[in-house]
Amino acid sequence: MTLLHERPSTGSLVQQFEYGLDAPICLTWELTYACNLECAHCLSSSGRRDPRELTTAQCEAVIDELQRMQVFYVNIGGGEPTIRPDFWHLLRYAVDHQVGVKFSTNGVRITPQRARFLASPACQGYVDVQISLDGATAEVNDYVRGRGSYDMALTALQNLKDAGFQDAKVSVVCTRQNIGQLDDFKALADEYGATLRLTRLRPSGRGADVWDELHPLPEQQRILYDWLMAHGDNVLTGDSFFHLAAFGESLPGLNLCGAGRVVCLIDPIGDVYACPFAIHDTFRAGNLLADGGFQEVWQHSELFQDLRRPQTGGACAKCSFFDSCRGGCMAAKFFTGLPLDGPDPECVQGYGEQALASDRTIPAASQDHSKTNPTRNQPVMLQLITKPPTSACAENPLAGFEPKECCS
Amino acid sequence: MLDEAWTLSPSVALRPEPFGALAYHFGNRKLTFLKRPELVAVVRGLGEHVDVRSALVAAGVMESQHPAYVAALQGLAKTDMIRPRDEQPS
Repeated sequence: MTLLHERPSTGSLVQQFEYGLDAPICLTWELTYACNLECAHCLSSSGRRDPRELTTAQCEAVIDELQRMQVFYVNIGGGEPTIRPDFWHLLRYAVDHQVGVKFSTNGVRITPQRARFLASPACQGYVDVQISLDGATAEVNDYVRGRGSYDMALTALQNLKDAGFQDAKVSVVCTRQNIGQLDDFKALADEYGATLRLTRLRPSGRGADVWDELHPLPEQQRILYDWLMAHGDNVLTGDSFFHLAAFGESLPGLNLCGAGRVVCLIDPIGDVYACPFAIHDTFRAGNLLADGGFQEVWQHSELFQDLRRPQTGGACAKCSFFDSCRGGCMAAKFFTGLPLDGPDPECVQGYGEQALASDRTIPAASQDHSKTNPTRNQPVMLQLITKPPTSACAENPLAGFEPKECCS
Repeated sequence: MLDEAWTLSPSVALRPEPFGALAYHFGNRKLTFLKRPELVAVVRGLGEHVDVRSALVAAGVMESQHPAYVAALQGLAKTDMIRPRDEQPS
């Protein structure tokens, strides 16, 4: 690979990672934008299939290329990947070509029969299943993921357990509503012999619409940090919370934004983005069909070369915690309209709140595969009545409102 | 360890990287980074040499550095990236 920037011959692994690798370590591949659910915070604004989605043969070619590049495993997501009719074929194709698969699902197709297949020698223990669950109770989960989604996830976990599948993952996006349930999530995962995985709510995709309401409050960030410090070894985070490192001690993991350096995303139509949370034209490095394959895009695209240049900390460089949090998450900044070389919107030193209060423009989405007409699965987040009406016929919007201070 | 015969585990693949290599174990799915090209050469050569010492010498590692390399190799042995070889090559 041609490097535009001189890589130091020594230095820590993290320093080496900043200059990029010949192939990604953590590659996410979203197989389809189609989804049976319409989660309020969907990162990829999924719902409808895109007619340009890669065909089975094109997907096989991608797997062949990943095998050549020695990408040892891939995180498959969507949309809901399992509703692609060729999903199970592609899963086997990948495993047979030394590309392990960890796939994320809401559980819709994890029937007892599929669970037995996943636990069978055909998968060579080379498949990980990650069930998404965003509340430890149906009430909290279904509010963002839609009615019935809690039961669906638990049924899938039960089926996997009954089939003898080892070590499924329960994947939770941490929100204002579920930070109080961390112990319950752990207990739930334990009950199914699963490992808990916690990730950060990003303001990406439809997440931008609900971020203000759902992102953890500053005091909840502290609770999350303390909980992770206490349970860190038994809980996966996908290196999601490195912005919390500015509380003091670093959490386990790289504590580095890996976008375009060690991480990237292939979307259902073959577009390659810097990270799974940055599906936007600004972070689109190229297309593997149009631009000569995945390896070409990964190693030579202008965007990725750029992300591998040494970064300046901008406004954050003055902060004494810059070395721990490295300015936080690029996608979180971008989708909240903050400058990329400034603080993370959830900066635990409080600089994010200041930045959010100043002038900013939230960028328009560059793709949206949300369903045009809501279905029965759509979560209902608007709940107008929060307390009982004062009387059955009180129509006035100010009924029951008694001003505390009056200028009489 | 220096006088023992070792080899790369059969379930491990080495992926070359600008700083050295990335080692992946298909069995236990551990990912490890070999941070120096010399260490990569040593690990690759283990199976072809009668003992660890001759693999180090063949890779051009100076004797004063042998203890550091042995420590690194012991780390790799812990996750079964490399393992002792039973039979001596003839």
